[in-house]
Amino acid sequence: MAEKTIRGKIWMLTGTDGNLIEDIDTDQIYHNAFLHITDISQMGAYALGNLEGWKDFSRKASAGDFVVAGRNFGAGSSRQQAVDCFLALGISLILAPSFGAIYFRNAVNSGFPVIKCPALKDFVASQQLKTGDILYINLKTGEARNEIRDTLFSVEPMSRVQEEIYDAGGLFLYGKSGNRGK
Amino acid sequence: MGKTIIEKIIQDHTQDEVSPGRIVWMDLDVRTARDFGGPNVVKNFEREYGEIPVENPRKTFFTFDLCVPACSLKYAENQQVCRLFARKKGIRIFDVDSGIGSHVLIEEGLARARRTVVGTDSHMNILGAVSCFGQGMGDVDITFAFKTGKTWFEVPETVKVVIEGIPSSSTGAKDLALFILKNLGTKKAALKAVEFTGDVFRRFALSDRITLCSMVTEMAGIIGFIPEFDASVEKQIEGFMGVPYEPYAADGDAVYADTIRINAAGLVPQVSVPFLPHKVEDVACLTEIPIDTGFIGSCTNGRTEDIARAARVLKGRKVKDGVSLKIVPATRRVYRELLENGILENLFMSGAIISNPGCGGCAEGHIGLTGSGETQVSTGNRNFEGKQGKGRTYLAGPEVVAASCILGRMGTPEDL
Ligand code: SF4
Repeated sequence: MAEKTIRGKIWMLTGTDGNLIEDIDTDQIYHNAFLHITDISQMGAYALGNLEGWKDFSRKASAGDFVVAGRNFGAGSSRQQAVDCFLALGISLILAPSFGAIYFRNAVNSGFPVIKCPALKDFVASQQLKTGDILYINLKTGEARNEIRDTLFSVEPMSRVQEEIYDAGGLFLYGKSGNRGK
Repeated sequence: MGKTIIEKIIQDHTQDEVSPGRIVWMDLDVRTARDFGGPNVVKNFEREYGEIPVENPRKTFFTFDLCVPACSLKYAENQQVCRLFARKKGIRIFDVDSGIGSHVLIEEGLARARRTVVGTDSHMNILGAVSCFGQGMGDVDITFAFKTGKTWFEVPETVKVVIEGIPSSSTGAKDLALFILKNLGTKKAALKAVEFTGDVFRRFALSDRITLCSMVTEMAGIIGFIPEFDASVEKQIEGFMGVPYEPYAADGDAVYADTIRINAAGLVPQVSVPFLPHKVEDVACLTEIPIDTGFIGSCTNGRTEDIARAARVLKGRKVKDGVSLKIVPATRRVYRELLENGILENLFMSGAIISNPGCGGCAEGHIGLTGSGETQVSTGNRNFEGKQGKGRTYLAGPEVVAASCILGRMGTPEDL
Protein backbone atom coordinates (compact mmCIF):
# COMPACT_ATOMS: atom_id res chain seq x y z
CA MET A 1 0.00 0.00 0.00
CA ALA A 2 1.57 3.27 -1.10
CA GLU A 3 1.61 6.35 1.17
CA LYS A 4 -1.79 8.00 1.55
CA THR A 5 -0.60 11.29 2.97
CA ILE A 6 2.40 12.78 1.32
CA ARG A 7 4.39 15.81 2.30
CA GLY A 8 6.43 18.05 0.08
CA LYS A 9 7.80 21.49 -0.61
CA ILE A 10 5.98 23.21 -3.45
CA TRP A 11 7.16 24.90 -6.59
CA MET A 12 4.50 27.26 -7.94
CA LEU A 13 4.89 27.45 -11.70
CA THR A 14 4.10 31.14 -11.94
CA GLY A 15 4.75 33.56 -14.77
CA THR A 16 6.08 37.11 -14.56
CA ASP A 17 2.63 38.32 -13.45
CA GLY A 18 2.72 36.09 -10.38
CA ASN A 19 -0.15 33.91 -11.62
CA LEU A 20 0.08 30.19 -12.22
CA ILE A 21 0.90 29.55 -15.88
CA GLU A 22 -1.98 27.92 -17.74
CA ASP A 23 -1.90 25.54 -20.73
CA ILE A 24 1.70 24.45 -20.18
CA ASP A 25 2.11 21.98 -23.03
CA THR A 26 4.17 18.84 -23.32
CA ASP A 27 6.69 20.56 -25.54
CA GLN A 28 7.40 23.10 -22.78
CA ILE A 29 7.61 20.30 -20.24
CA TYR A 30 9.85 18.07 -22.32
CA HIS A 31 11.20 19.38 -25.59
CA ASN A 32 10.96 17.12 -28.62
CA ALA A 33 14.71 17.51 -29.22
CA PHE A 34 15.26 14.99 -26.40
CA LEU A 35 12.66 12.40 -27.33
CA HIS A 36 15.39 9.99 -28.41
CA ILE A 37 16.44 9.47 -24.77
CA THR A 38 15.00 6.19 -23.53
CA ASP A 39 16.64 5.93 -20.11
CA ILE A 40 14.25 7.56 -17.62
CA SER A 41 17.05 8.48 -15.20
CA GLN A 42 18.50 10.81 -17.86
CA MET A 43 15.25 12.66 -18.52
CA GLY A 44 15.16 14.71 -15.32
CA ALA A 45 17.67 17.26 -16.59
CA TYR A 46 15.19 18.38 -19.29
CA ALA A 47 12.08 18.79 -17.12
CA LEU A 48 10.45 22.16 -17.91
CA GLY A 49 13.53 22.85 -20.02
CA ASN A 50 11.45 24.74 -22.56
CA LEU A 51 9.26 26.79 -20.19
CA GLU A 52 10.21 30.47 -20.00
CA GLY A 53 11.48 31.32 -16.50
CA TRP A 54 11.74 27.69 -15.43
CA LYS A 55 14.52 26.28 -17.57
CA ASP A 56 16.74 25.71 -14.52
CA PHE A 57 14.02 23.76 -12.68
CA SER A 58 15.92 20.49 -12.68
CA ARG A 59 18.81 22.09 -10.79
CA LYS A 60 16.55 23.75 -8.20
CA ALA A 61 14.13 20.92 -7.44
CA SER A 62 14.82 18.15 -4.93
CA ALA A 63 13.40 14.68 -4.61
CA GLY A 64 10.06 14.72 -2.81
CA ASP A 65 9.05 18.22 -4.01
CA PHE A 66 5.58 19.01 -5.39
CA VAL A 67 4.79 20.95 -8.55
CA VAL A 68 1.79 23.31 -8.61
CA ALA A 69 0.60 24.51 -12.02
CA GLY A 70 -2.22 26.36 -13.79
CA ARG A 71 -5.15 24.76 -15.59
CA ASN A 72 -4.76 22.32 -18.49
CA PHE A 73 -1.28 21.23 -17.44
CA GLY A 74 0.23 18.83 -19.98
CA ALA A 75 -1.83 19.86 -22.98
CA GLY A 76 -0.63 18.71 -26.38
CA SER A 77 1.15 15.57 -27.49
CA SER A 78 0.98 12.11 -25.99
CA ARG A 79 4.66 11.89 -25.06
CA GLN A 80 5.21 9.82 -21.93
CA GLN A 81 8.54 11.61 -21.34
CA ALA A 82 6.63 14.66 -20.10
CA VAL A 83 5.59 12.54 -17.12
CA ASP A 84 8.79 10.51 -16.82
CA CYS A 85 11.02 13.58 -16.51
CA PHE A 86 9.32 14.47 -13.20
CA LEU A 87 9.56 10.88 -12.00
CA ALA A 88 13.27 11.01 -12.75
CA LEU A 89 13.68 14.08 -10.52
CA GLY A 90 11.77 12.39 -7.73
CA ILE A 91 8.92 14.95 -7.87
CA SER A 92 6.24 13.29 -5.80
CA LEU A 93 3.04 15.06 -6.85
CA ILE A 94 1.60 17.54 -9.35
CA LEU A 95 -1.31 19.75 -8.32
CA ALA A 96 -3.32 21.69 -10.92
CA PRO A 97 -6.93 22.76 -11.53
CA SER A 98 -7.05 20.43 -14.56
CA PHE A 99 -4.78 18.38 -16.80
CA GLY A 100 -4.57 17.53 -20.50
CA ALA A 101 -6.51 14.28 -21.01
CA ILE A 102 -3.66 12.18 -22.37
CA TYR A 103 -1.18 13.62 -19.90
CA PHE A 104 -3.51 12.65 -17.07
CA ARG A 105 -3.88 9.10 -18.46
CA ASN A 106 -0.13 8.71 -18.85
CA ALA A 107 0.57 9.94 -15.30
CA VAL A 108 -2.07 7.71 -13.73
CA ASN A 109 -0.78 4.74 -15.72
CA SER A 110 2.71 5.41 -14.33
CA GLY A 111 1.39 5.44 -10.76
CA PHE A 112 2.33 9.12 -10.45
CA PRO A 113 -0.04 11.24 -8.32
CA VAL A 114 -1.63 13.98 -10.39
CA ILE A 115 -4.17 15.77 -8.24
CA LYS A 116 -6.86 18.18 -9.31
CA CYS A 117 -7.72 21.27 -7.33
CA PRO A 118 -10.28 23.42 -9.15
CA ALA A 119 -10.01 26.24 -6.57
CA LEU A 120 -6.25 26.58 -6.83
CA LYS A 121 -6.43 30.02 -8.41
CA ASP A 122 -8.28 31.42 -5.38
CA PHE A 123 -5.68 30.11 -2.95
CA VAL A 124 -2.96 31.77 -4.98
CA ALA A 125 -4.89 35.04 -5.19
CA SER A 126 -5.39 35.09 -1.43
CA GLN A 127 -1.71 34.31 -0.89
CA GLN A 128 -2.41 31.03 0.86
CA LEU A 129 0.15 29.25 -1.28
CA LYS A 130 3.69 30.29 -2.09
CA THR A 131 6.73 28.56 -3.49
CA GLY A 132 8.63 26.98 -0.60
CA ASP A 133 5.52 26.23 1.47
CA ILE A 134 5.23 22.70 2.79
CA LEU A 135 2.01 20.84 2.07
CA TYR A 136 0.55 17.67 3.46
CA ILE A 137 -1.95 16.11 1.07
CA ASN A 138 -4.14 13.13 1.86
CA LEU A 139 -4.63 11.51 -1.52
CA LYS A 140 -7.59 9.53 -0.33
CA THR A 141 -9.67 12.17 1.43
CA GLY A 142 -8.45 15.26 -0.40
CA GLU A 143 -7.57 17.05 2.84
CA ALA A 144 -4.62 19.37 2.41
CA ARG A 145 -2.70 21.36 4.99
CA ASN A 146 -0.18 24.09 4.51
CA GLU A 147 2.31 23.58 7.32
CA ILE A 148 3.96 26.97 6.93
CA ARG A 149 0.80 29.09 6.99
CA ASP A 150 -1.16 26.65 9.11
CA THR A 151 -4.11 26.68 6.70
CA LEU A 152 -6.39 23.87 5.60
CA PHE A 153 -7.88 23.45 2.15
CA SER A 154 -9.18 20.66 0.00
CA VAL A 155 -8.18 19.04 -3.27
CA GLU A 156 -10.03 16.38 -5.25
CA PRO A 157 -9.30 13.00 -3.71
CA MET A 158 -7.96 10.36 -6.06
CA SER A 159 -10.73 8.37 -7.67
CA ARG A 160 -10.84 4.76 -6.59
CA VAL A 161 -9.41 3.69 -9.92
CA GLN A 162 -6.55 6.14 -9.76
CA GLU A 163 -5.82 5.04 -6.21
CA GLU A 164 -5.75 1.36 -7.14
CA ILE A 165 -3.28 1.95 -9.95
CA TYR A 166 -1.22 4.19 -7.68
CA ASP A 167 -1.18 1.53 -4.96
CA ALA A 168 -0.07 -1.12 -7.43
CA GLY A 169 2.76 1.09 -8.68
CA GLY A 170 1.44 1.61 -12.19
CA LEU A 171 -0.91 0.12 -14.74
CA PHE A 172 1.26 -2.85 -15.74
CA LEU A 173 1.86 -3.90 -12.15
CA TYR A 174 -1.82 -3.40 -11.50
CA GLY A 175 -2.52 -5.76 -14.42
CA LYS A 176 -0.24 -8.37 -12.85
CA SER A 177 -1.78 -8.08 -9.43
CA GLY A 178 -4.73 -10.14 -10.58
CA ASN A 179 -6.88 -7.19 -9.63
CA ARG A 180 -8.56 -6.11 -12.81
CA GLY A 181 -10.97 -3.50 -11.68
CA LYS A 182 -14.46 -4.33 -10.67
CA MET B 1 -30.48 12.40 -12.72
CA GLY B 2 -30.83 11.46 -16.40
CA LYS B 3 -27.94 10.31 -18.52
CA THR B 4 -26.53 11.33 -21.88
CA ILE B 5 -25.72 8.70 -24.52
CA ILE B 6 -22.08 8.31 -23.54
CA GLU B 7 -23.03 8.04 -19.87
CA LYS B 8 -25.53 5.27 -20.69
CA ILE B 9 -23.05 3.24 -22.73
CA ILE B 10 -20.39 3.54 -20.03
CA GLN B 11 -22.91 2.66 -17.32
CA ASP B 12 -23.68 -0.56 -19.21
CA HIS B 13 -20.02 -1.53 -18.96
CA THR B 14 -19.17 -0.71 -15.37
CA GLN B 15 -20.34 -1.28 -11.83
CA ASP B 16 -18.98 2.09 -10.79
CA GLU B 17 -21.22 5.08 -10.52
CA VAL B 18 -21.21 7.07 -13.75
CA SER B 19 -21.25 10.86 -13.82
CA PRO B 20 -19.05 13.40 -15.62
CA GLY B 21 -15.58 13.75 -14.11
CA ARG B 22 -15.65 10.35 -12.41
CA ILE B 23 -13.13 7.72 -13.35
CA VAL B 24 -14.59 4.26 -13.85
CA TRP B 25 -13.40 0.83 -14.88
CA MET B 26 -15.04 -0.06 -18.15
CA ASP B 27 -15.44 -3.48 -19.80
CA LEU B 28 -14.31 -3.50 -23.40
CA ASP B 29 -16.26 -5.44 -26.00
CA VAL B 30 -13.50 -5.14 -28.59
CA ARG B 31 -9.83 -4.11 -28.42
CA THR B 32 -7.60 -3.69 -31.43
CA ALA B 33 -4.15 -2.61 -32.48
CA ARG B 34 -3.08 -1.57 -35.96
CA ASP B 35 0.23 -1.80 -37.80
CA PHE B 36 1.26 1.45 -36.07
CA GLY B 37 1.20 1.00 -32.31
CA GLY B 38 0.58 -2.74 -32.65
CA PRO B 39 4.26 -3.71 -32.48
CA ASN B 40 4.66 -1.62 -29.30
CA VAL B 41 1.66 -3.40 -27.80
CA VAL B 42 3.32 -6.74 -28.61
CA LYS B 43 6.63 -5.58 -27.12
CA ASN B 44 4.97 -4.32 -23.93
CA PHE B 45 2.85 -7.42 -23.60
CA GLU B 46 5.79 -9.81 -23.99
CA ARG B 47 7.94 -7.82 -21.57
CA GLU B 48 5.26 -7.42 -18.90
CA TYR B 49 3.08 -10.48 -19.23
CA GLY B 50 5.12 -12.99 -21.27
CA GLU B 51 3.30 -16.24 -21.90
CA ILE B 52 0.04 -15.17 -20.26
CA PRO B 53 -2.84 -15.33 -22.76
CA VAL B 54 -4.76 -12.24 -23.85
CA GLU B 55 -8.01 -11.90 -21.97
CA ASN B 56 -10.37 -13.04 -24.71
CA PRO B 57 -8.79 -13.67 -28.10
CA ARG B 58 -12.20 -13.54 -29.78
CA LYS B 59 -12.61 -9.91 -28.72
CA THR B 60 -9.06 -8.96 -29.63
CA PHE B 61 -7.90 -8.03 -33.15
CA PHE B 62 -5.12 -6.60 -35.24
CA THR B 63 -6.16 -4.37 -38.12
CA PHE B 64 -3.46 -3.45 -40.62
CA ASP B 65 -4.39 -0.33 -42.55
CA LEU B 66 -1.67 2.32 -42.47
CA CYS B 67 0.94 0.90 -44.80
CA VAL B 68 -0.68 -1.92 -46.73
CA PRO B 69 0.95 -3.97 -48.14
CA ALA B 70 4.08 -2.75 -46.36
CA CYS B 71 5.96 -0.21 -48.48
CA SER B 72 8.96 0.03 -46.18
CA LEU B 73 11.03 -2.56 -44.39
CA LYS B 74 10.11 -1.02 -41.04
CA TYR B 75 6.40 -1.64 -41.61
CA ALA B 76 7.02 -5.11 -43.01
CA GLU B 77 8.94 -6.05 -39.88
CA ASN B 78 6.34 -4.49 -37.60
CA GLN B 79 3.44 -6.25 -39.27
CA GLN B 80 5.26 -9.55 -39.02
CA VAL B 81 5.89 -8.97 -35.28
CA CYS B 82 2.11 -8.64 -34.85
CA ARG B 83 1.37 -11.70 -37.03
CA LEU B 84 3.67 -13.96 -35.02
CA PHE B 85 2.17 -12.73 -31.75
CA ALA B 86 -1.36 -13.16 -33.13
CA ARG B 87 -0.66 -16.76 -34.15
CA LYS B 88 0.71 -17.55 -30.72
CA LYS B 89 -2.22 -16.01 -28.88
CA GLY B 90 -4.99 -17.03 -31.28
CA ILE B 91 -5.87 -13.45 -32.27
CA ARG B 92 -7.55 -12.71 -35.60
CA ILE B 93 -5.83 -10.31 -37.97
CA PHE B 94 -7.57 -8.20 -40.58
CA ASP B 95 -4.49 -8.23 -42.73
CA VAL B 96 -3.12 -5.90 -45.40
CA ASP B 97 -5.93 -6.72 -47.84
CA SER B 98 -8.78 -5.61 -45.55
CA GLY B 99 -8.84 -1.83 -45.40
CA ILE B 100 -9.30 0.78 -42.66
CA GLY B 101 -9.65 -0.96 -39.30
CA SER B 102 -12.47 1.14 -37.84
CA HIS B 103 -14.56 0.60 -41.00
CA VAL B 104 -13.87 -3.13 -41.02
CA LEU B 105 -15.11 -3.31 -37.41
CA ILE B 106 -18.40 -1.71 -38.49
CA GLU B 107 -18.77 -3.95 -41.55
CA GLU B 108 -18.14 -7.06 -39.49
CA GLY B 109 -20.75 -6.02 -36.92
CA LEU B 110 -18.04 -6.01 -34.22
CA ALA B 111 -18.42 -2.32 -33.45
CA ARG B 112 -22.15 -1.96 -32.98
CA ALA B 113 -24.62 0.12 -31.03
CA ARG B 114 -24.02 0.26 -27.26
CA ARG B 115 -20.65 -1.49 -27.40
CA THR B 116 -17.24 -0.26 -26.25
CA VAL B 117 -14.20 -0.51 -28.53
CA VAL B 118 -10.62 0.75 -28.15
CA GLY B 119 -7.67 0.70 -30.53
CA THR B 120 -4.42 2.45 -31.38
CA ASP B 121 -6.20 4.79 -33.80
CA SER B 122 -7.00 8.39 -32.89
CA HIS B 123 -10.07 8.25 -35.15
CA MET B 124 -11.58 5.23 -33.39
CA ASN B 125 -14.32 7.57 -32.16
CA ILE B 126 -15.69 7.32 -35.72
CA LEU B 127 -17.66 4.38 -34.29
CA GLY B 128 -20.04 6.93 -32.78
CA ALA B 129 -21.61 6.77 -36.27
CA VAL B 130 -23.20 3.45 -35.28
CA SER B 131 -23.83 4.50 -31.65
CA CYS B 132 -20.79 2.58 -30.44
CA PHE B 133 -18.31 4.09 -27.98
CA GLY B 134 -14.97 3.92 -29.78
CA GLN B 135 -11.81 5.45 -28.40
CA GLY B 136 -8.20 5.69 -29.53
CA MET B 137 -5.49 5.08 -26.95
CA GLY B 138 -1.73 4.72 -26.60
CA ASP B 139 0.16 1.46 -26.59
CA VAL B 140 0.39 1.17 -22.78
CA ASP B 141 -3.39 1.42 -22.47
CA ILE B 142 -4.02 -1.02 -25.30
CA THR B 143 -1.51 -3.53 -23.87
CA PHE B 144 -3.44 -3.44 -20.63
CA ALA B 145 -6.73 -3.83 -22.52
CA PHE B 146 -5.34 -6.92 -24.32
CA LYS B 147 -4.37 -8.39 -20.94
CA THR B 148 -7.51 -7.59 -18.93
CA GLY B 149 -10.31 -6.67 -21.34
CA LYS B 150 -10.80 -3.48 -19.36
CA THR B 151 -9.71 0.10 -19.26
CA TRP B 152 -10.25 3.04 -16.94
CA PHE B 153 -11.97 6.08 -18.30
CA GLU B 154 -12.92 9.51 -17.05
CA VAL B 155 -16.58 10.03 -17.92
CA PRO B 156 -16.72 13.12 -20.14
CA GLU B 157 -19.29 15.86 -20.08
CA THR B 158 -21.56 16.08 -23.12
CA VAL B 159 -22.33 19.10 -25.30
CA LYS B 160 -25.37 19.23 -27.51
CA VAL B 161 -24.83 20.71 -30.96
CA VAL B 162 -28.08 21.72 -32.62
CA ILE B 163 -27.98 22.25 -36.36
CA GLU B 164 -30.70 24.59 -37.54
CA GLY B 165 -31.80 25.00 -41.14
CA ILE B 166 -31.19 22.82 -44.16
CA PRO B 167 -27.98 23.15 -46.20
CA SER B 168 -28.24 23.70 -49.95
CA SER B 169 -28.60 20.61 -52.12
CA SER B 170 -25.13 21.11 -53.61
CA THR B 171 -23.56 20.10 -50.29
CA GLY B 172 -22.99 16.78 -48.56
CA ALA B 173 -22.05 15.51 -45.13
CA LYS B 174 -18.44 16.64 -45.52
CA ASP B 175 -19.44 20.25 -46.11
CA LEU B 176 -21.59 20.19 -43.00
CA ALA B 177 -18.82 18.49 -41.00
CA LEU B 178 -16.33 21.17 -42.07
CA PHE B 179 -18.82 23.92 -41.27
CA ILE B 180 -19.45 22.50 -37.79
CA LEU B 181 -15.70 22.20 -37.27
CA LYS B 182 -15.31 25.84 -38.30
CA ASN B 183 -17.90 26.83 -35.69
CA LEU B 184 -16.68 24.64 -32.84
CA GLY B 185 -12.97 25.06 -33.46
CA THR B 186 -10.79 22.93 -31.21
CA LYS B 187 -12.06 24.29 -27.89
CA LYS B 188 -15.87 24.22 -27.68
CA ALA B 189 -16.11 20.42 -27.78
CA ALA B 190 -12.66 19.69 -26.36
CA LEU B 191 -12.57 16.59 -24.15
CA LYS B 192 -16.35 16.30 -24.35
CA ALA B 193 -18.79 13.93 -25.97
CA VAL B 194 -21.02 15.56 -28.58
CA GLU B 195 -24.65 14.82 -29.45
CA PHE B 196 -25.58 16.26 -32.85
CA THR B 197 -29.25 17.02 -33.31
CA GLY B 198 -31.36 18.73 -35.92
CA ASP B 199 -33.70 17.73 -38.75
CA VAL B 200 -30.86 17.60 -41.25
CA PHE B 201 -29.64 14.40 -39.61
CA ARG B 202 -32.84 12.39 -39.89
CA ARG B 203 -31.96 11.12 -43.33
CA PHE B 204 -28.22 11.08 -42.86
CA ALA B 205 -27.06 7.77 -44.36
CA LEU B 206 -24.50 5.60 -42.60
CA SER B 207 -21.71 6.97 -44.81
CA ASP B 208 -22.74 10.54 -43.89
CA ARG B 209 -22.70 9.65 -40.20
CA ILE B 210 -19.22 8.20 -40.58
CA THR B 211 -18.03 11.40 -42.26
CA LEU B 212 -19.27 13.67 -39.48
CA CYS B 213 -18.28 11.44 -36.57
CA SER B 214 -14.76 10.96 -37.94
CA MET B 215 -14.14 14.70 -37.68
CA VAL B 216 -15.01 14.93 -34.00
CA THR B 217 -11.32 14.13 -33.50
CA GLU B 218 -10.44 17.40 -35.27
CA MET B 219 -12.93 19.17 -32.97
CA ALA B 220 -10.82 17.73 -30.07
CA GLY B 221 -13.93 15.93 -28.83
CA ILE B 222 -14.03 12.50 -27.20
CA ILE B 223 -16.77 11.14 -29.46
CA GLY B 224 -19.85 12.25 -31.42
CA PHE B 225 -23.28 10.62 -31.62
CA ILE B 226 -26.16 11.40 -33.96
CA PRO B 227 -29.32 10.28 -32.16
CA GLU B 228 -31.58 11.50 -35.00
CA PHE B 229 -32.62 9.00 -37.64
CA ASP B 230 -35.79 7.85 -39.32
CA ALA B 231 -36.84 4.26 -39.96
CA SER B 232 -35.18 4.07 -43.39
CA VAL B 233 -31.79 4.90 -41.92
CA GLU B 234 -32.26 2.38 -39.14
CA LYS B 235 -33.06 -0.27 -41.77
CA GLN B 236 -30.05 0.71 -43.83
CA ILE B 237 -27.68 0.35 -40.88
CA GLU B 238 -29.18 -2.99 -39.88
CA GLY B 239 -28.97 -4.32 -43.42
CA PHE B 240 -25.40 -3.12 -43.72
CA MET B 241 -24.13 -4.58 -40.48
CA GLY B 242 -26.34 -7.64 -40.37
CA VAL B 243 -27.18 -7.03 -36.70
CA PRO B 244 -30.10 -5.24 -35.04
CA TYR B 245 -29.58 -1.50 -34.59
CA GLU B 246 -30.48 -0.52 -31.04
CA PRO B 247 -29.05 2.90 -30.29
CA TYR B 248 -29.67 4.81 -27.11
CA ALA B 249 -31.24 8.21 -26.88
CA ALA B 250 -30.28 10.48 -24.02
CA ASP B 251 -32.70 10.67 -21.10
CA GLY B 252 -35.09 13.61 -21.20
CA ASP B 253 -33.49 15.09 -18.09
CA ALA B 254 -29.89 14.41 -19.09
CA VAL B 255 -27.48 17.19 -18.17
CA TYR B 256 -25.36 18.90 -20.85
CA ALA B 257 -22.30 21.04 -20.30
CA ASP B 258 -23.48 23.34 -23.07
CA THR B 259 -25.90 23.63 -25.99
CA ILE B 260 -24.46 25.16 -29.13
CA ARG B 261 -26.72 26.23 -32.00
CA ILE B 262 -25.34 26.46 -35.51
CA ASN B 263 -27.35 27.82 -38.41
CA ALA B 264 -26.55 25.86 -41.56
CA ALA B 265 -29.44 27.10 -43.69
CA GLY B 266 -28.37 27.41 -47.33
CA LEU B 267 -24.84 26.17 -46.57
CA VAL B 268 -22.64 26.07 -49.71
CA PRO B 269 -19.64 23.73 -50.34
CA GLN B 270 -16.84 24.19 -47.82
CA VAL B 271 -13.08 23.81 -47.95
CA SER B 272 -10.52 23.65 -45.15
CA VAL B 273 -7.40 25.69 -45.88
CA PRO B 274 -3.86 24.54 -44.95
CA PHE B 275 -2.61 23.88 -42.34
CA LEU B 276 -5.49 23.69 -39.85
CA PRO B 277 -8.61 21.57 -40.36
CA HIS B 278 -10.84 24.16 -38.66
CA LYS B 279 -9.69 26.98 -40.96
CA VAL B 280 -12.70 26.62 -43.22
CA GLU B 281 -13.99 28.83 -46.05
CA ASP B 282 -16.58 28.70 -48.85
CA VAL B 283 -15.18 27.09 -52.00
CA ALA B 284 -16.43 30.12 -53.90
CA CYS B 285 -13.67 32.23 -52.25
CA LEU B 286 -10.91 29.90 -53.41
CA THR B 287 -11.59 29.25 -57.10
CA GLU B 288 -8.31 30.88 -58.18
CA ILE B 289 -6.20 28.19 -56.56
CA PRO B 290 -4.59 25.77 -59.07
CA ILE B 291 -4.65 22.08 -58.11
CA ASP B 292 -1.92 19.50 -58.80
CA THR B 293 -3.36 16.48 -57.04
CA GLY B 294 -6.65 15.18 -55.76
CA PHE B 295 -7.32 12.44 -53.24
CA ILE B 296 -10.63 10.72 -52.49
CA GLY B 297 -10.72 8.25 -49.62
CA SER B 298 -9.74 7.99 -45.92
CA CYS B 299 -11.91 7.00 -42.99
CA THR B 300 -13.83 10.24 -43.53
CA ASN B 301 -14.86 9.84 -47.19
CA GLY B 302 -13.86 6.37 -48.31
CA ARG B 303 -17.28 4.67 -48.47
CA THR B 304 -18.96 3.53 -51.68
CA GLU B 305 -21.47 6.41 -51.47
CA ASP B 306 -18.63 8.95 -51.18
CA ILE B 307 -16.77 7.58 -54.15
CA ALA B 308 -20.03 7.30 -56.13
CA ARG B 309 -20.62 11.04 -55.58
CA ALA B 310 -17.26 11.75 -57.15
CA ALA B 311 -17.95 9.26 -59.95
CA ARG B 312 -21.14 11.10 -60.92
CA VAL B 313 -19.07 14.25 -61.42
CA LEU B 314 -16.32 12.41 -63.31
CA LYS B 315 -18.56 10.35 -65.59
CA GLY B 316 -17.89 11.20 -69.21
CA ARG B 317 -15.25 13.75 -68.21
CA LYS B 318 -11.48 13.59 -67.83
CA VAL B 319 -9.07 14.57 -65.09
CA LYS B 320 -7.17 17.55 -66.48
CA ASP B 321 -3.79 16.88 -68.09
CA GLY B 322 -1.04 17.30 -65.53
CA VAL B 323 -3.37 16.67 -62.59
CA SER B 324 -3.51 13.30 -60.85
CA LEU B 325 -6.48 11.99 -58.92
CA LYS B 326 -5.92 9.21 -56.39
CA ILE B 327 -8.84 7.15 -55.16
CA VAL B 328 -8.57 4.75 -52.23
CA PRO B 329 -11.62 2.72 -51.12
CA ALA B 330 -11.93 2.42 -47.34
CA THR B 331 -12.28 -1.35 -47.36
CA ARG B 332 -12.30 -4.42 -49.53
CA ARG B 333 -16.08 -4.46 -49.34
CA VAL B 334 -16.21 -0.94 -50.77
CA TYR B 335 -13.81 -2.00 -53.51
CA ARG B 336 -16.07 -4.91 -54.45
CA GLU B 337 -19.17 -2.70 -54.51
CA LEU B 338 -17.42 -0.23 -56.80
CA LEU B 339 -16.45 -3.11 -59.05
CA GLU B 340 -19.94 -4.61 -59.13
CA ASN B 341 -21.84 -1.42 -59.85
CA GLY B 342 -19.52 -0.28 -62.62
CA ILE B 343 -18.18 2.76 -60.79
CA LEU B 344 -14.62 1.52 -60.97
CA GLU B 345 -14.81 1.54 -64.76
CA ASN B 346 -16.10 5.13 -64.82
CA LEU B 347 -13.30 6.21 -62.55
CA PHE B 348 -10.74 4.43 -64.64
CA MET B 349 -12.02 6.01 -67.86
CA SER B 350 -11.80 9.48 -66.30
CA GLY B 351 -8.09 8.95 -65.70
CA ALA B 352 -8.14 8.35 -61.94
CA ILE B 353 -5.60 6.19 -60.13
CA ILE B 354 -7.36 3.55 -58.04
CA SER B 355 -5.51 1.73 -55.28
CA ASN B 356 -6.21 -1.12 -52.92
CA PRO B 357 -8.09 -0.23 -49.72
CA GLY B 358 -6.50 1.30 -46.62
CA CYS B 359 -5.33 4.61 -45.16
CA GLY B 360 -3.18 5.47 -48.17
CA GLY B 361 -3.54 9.11 -49.19
CA CYS B 362 -4.26 10.16 -45.61
CA ALA B 363 -1.46 8.58 -43.65
CA GLU B 364 1.97 8.41 -45.23
CA GLY B 365 0.86 5.19 -46.81
CA HIS B 366 1.19 3.57 -50.15
CA ILE B 367 -0.33 6.04 -52.58
CA GLY B 368 2.19 8.79 -52.49
CA LEU B 369 2.98 12.09 -50.82
CA THR B 370 3.04 15.69 -51.99
CA GLY B 371 6.27 17.49 -52.82
CA SER B 372 7.22 21.08 -51.93
CA GLY B 373 4.98 23.52 -53.77
CA GLU B 374 2.41 20.86 -54.68
CA THR B 375 -1.24 21.68 -54.01
CA GLN B 376 -3.57 18.85 -53.11
CA VAL B 377 -7.30 18.80 -52.53
CA SER B 378 -8.28 15.87 -50.35
CA THR B 379 -11.34 14.28 -48.76
CA GLY B 380 -9.25 13.42 -45.67
CA ASN B 381 -9.70 14.86 -42.21
CA ARG B 382 -6.34 16.47 -41.45
CA ASN B 383 -4.20 18.92 -43.36
CA PHE B 384 -1.46 19.58 -40.84
CA GLU B 385 1.85 20.68 -42.25
CA GLY B 386 3.90 17.68 -43.31
CA LYS B 387 1.15 15.11 -42.78
CA GLN B 388 0.91 14.08 -46.43
CA GLY B 389 4.27 15.38 -47.57
CA LYS B 390 5.69 18.86 -48.12
CA GLY B 391 2.83 20.27 -50.16
CA ARG B 392 -0.29 22.16 -49.14
CA THR B 393 -3.47 20.16 -48.59
CA TYR B 394 -7.02 21.53 -48.74
CA LEU B 395 -9.85 19.41 -47.34
CA ALA B 396 -13.19 19.13 -49.12
CA GLY B 397 -16.01 16.76 -50.04
CA PRO B 398 -15.78 14.20 -52.89
CA GLU B 399 -17.67 16.33 -55.46
CA VAL B 400 -15.37 19.31 -54.94
CA VAL B 401 -12.28 17.12 -55.23
CA ALA B 402 -13.56 15.53 -58.44
CA ALA B 403 -14.59 18.86 -59.98
CA SER B 404 -11.27 20.49 -59.00
CA CYS B 405 -9.31 17.70 -60.68
CA ILE B 406 -11.28 18.18 -63.90
CA LEU B 407 -10.88 21.98 -63.77
CA GLY B 408 -7.26 21.99 -62.60
CA ARG B 409 -8.30 24.57 -60.02
CA MET B 410 -10.50 24.62 -56.95
CA GLY B 411 -14.15 24.46 -57.93
CA THR B 412 -17.52 22.74 -57.67
CA PRO B 413 -19.51 20.61 -60.14
CA GLU B 414 -21.48 23.74 -61.00
CA ASP B 415 -18.32 25.31 -62.44
CA LEU B 416 -17.94 22.53 -65.03
S1 SF4 C 1 -7.65 7.30 -42.99
FE1 SF4 C 1 -6.21 8.64 -41.92
S2 SF4 C 1 -7.30 9.47 -40.16
FE2 SF4 C 1 -8.45 7.70 -40.93
S3 SF4 C 1 -7.74 5.95 -39.73
FE3 SF4 C 1 -6.49 6.02 -41.58
S4 SF4 C 1 -4.71 7.25 -41.03
FE4 SF4 C 1 -6.25 7.62 -39.44
